Amino acid sequence: MDTKISVKNLDAFYGKNKVLKNISIDIPRNKVVAIIGPSGCGKSTFLRCLNRMHEVVGGTITGSILVDGEDLTKTDPVLIRKRLGMVFQKPNPFPTMSIFNNVAAGLRFNGVRNKKVLAPIVEKSLKQAALWDEVKDNLEDSGVNISGGQQQRLCIARTLAVDPEVILMDEPASALDPISTSKIEELIFELKKNYTIVIVTHNMQQAARVSDFTAFFYMGELIEYDKTTKIFTNPANKKTEEYVTGRFG
Amino acid sequence: MNPSKFFHVKRKITSAVMMSLSLVATLIAVIPLILIFYYTISKGITYLNIDFFVAMPKPVGESGGGMANAIVGTLMLIGIGGAIGIPVGVMSGTYLSEFGNNKFGATVRFLTDVLSGVPSIVVGVVAYTLVVVPMKHFSAFAGGIALGILMIPTITRTTEEMIKLVPHSIREAGLALGIPKWKTTILIVLKTAWKGIATGILLGLSRAAGETAPLLFTALGNRFWSTNVMQPMASLTVYIYDYAKSPFEDWNNQAWTAALVLIIMISMLSLLFRIITRSKFKTK
Repeated sequence: MDTKISVKNLDAFYGKNKVLKNISIDIPRNKVVAIIGPSGCGKSTFLRCLNRMHEVVGGTITGSILVDGEDLTKTDPVLIRKRLGMVFQKPNPFPTMSIFNNVAAGLRFNGVRNKKVLAPIVEKSLKQAALWDEVKDNLEDSGVNISGGQQQRLCIARTLAVDPEVILMDEPASALDPISTSKIEELIFELKKNYTIVIVTHNMQQAARVSDFTAFFYMGELIEYDKTTKIFTNPANKKTEEYVTGRFG
Repeated sequence: MNPSKFFHVKRKITSAVMMSLSLVATLIAVIPLILIFYYTISKGITYLNIDFFVAMPKPVGESGGGMANAIVGTLMLIGIGGAIGIPVGVMSGTYLSEFGNNKFGATVRFLTDVLSGVPSIVVGVVAYTLVVVPMKHFSAFAGGIALGILMIPTITRTTEEMIKLVPHSIREAGLALGIPKWKTTILIVLKTAWKGIATGILLGLSRAAGETAPLLFTALGNRFWSTNVMQPMASLTVYIYDYAKSPFEDWNNQAWTAALVLIIMISMLSLLFRIITRSKFKTK
């Protein structure tokens, strides 16, 4: 298996409160890994450790996170976040910016000002996010005057525009209607050709549909990690079985 | 009458009474404003002519003349005040909201609130002691400093509150794109809160434009044309103060006109801010 991200003995804390306990997991290249588990199990925290957003809210970590062999915990977080893009639970486009500028934001604020350079990247990113056809005539309109599902795809396009290697998705469809959700899921299927994707989800059907591997977290621990088909049909751990069959959580 | 119907009627009456009381209170709140506008316009309009804007004040006994020097003076004084108060206010407000979640921040917040309650004449005395006394003469510079200090609390606290209204998710979106924290704060968070911050700046400038007390012993006033910031400078408010208490009817009337012009200037400023901060997107 070609490993993209290798997490070793990761502990995460909020103050003195240990929320992730000794997590070790290998995430393969160009695959989709779903993280499932009941509320408060640490799945979002795990995702936020990967791009060092956990620190933004005052958290700390120990252990190592290797991306292509390079330890992220010893690198500048600003550089890491360009390599590991993140899509949040609620669509969060920049309200003062146009659709075009929302997509270009990551590049513009890192020094790329030339519109001739930006335009093809914006177009490519919007096409990858399956939003181009819906907004191509209104690129100068506000990024918040479109529907919630479109806003979320705009946020995905914004993430793609900085050309990341990994896309971290934190329940990207939980605030969306079923049609928008299926669009996002199709998108994930397309994106894994070029990107490694880690997706946190509350929705087990979604995990089963979109992912190649599934990790089950419980009380800050990684209980089981295997092929998605295995997790959902023949899990090794009793807790996993109880969770995926809906007996708790 | 059955009880449920009785309570229904009672609730309706209570609602109507409370509505009327609120309406009366609202009218009472508006009446002073209407009176101010009515008197300033009706009394001030008689002397409102081109001369008032372009001519200099005439000596006692001669009628006519204008307040060109005071109009320019007021603009320059709030300009100097703004040059001090806006950057300090906006930056300290940004600090308080983004980094001030500690003891130091709480102290600064408390002191800013105290400062906003300090009478403006006291701020004038401070500027007098710190600037006028060492320089040995009155100056527009000293007046501008006094006005700047008066603006700081308004602008600081409005900026802080407006930035706090920007959702945390917007900051995270910026950071997650690999945009450094300082750029996220200035180019995304401040920009998102900009409309509210501009309102705070406008409030600060308007308040400063209407101040008289802190100018009395800083910028002093000047009967001649002067744009030298190191010299005493005329202002509309000080003219209103001097002319309104003078025994000459001519001057009393000009004081009304000066008041009217000041109100017009502040309204124009407000209009200007609205145009500047107007969203470039059509709202659906």
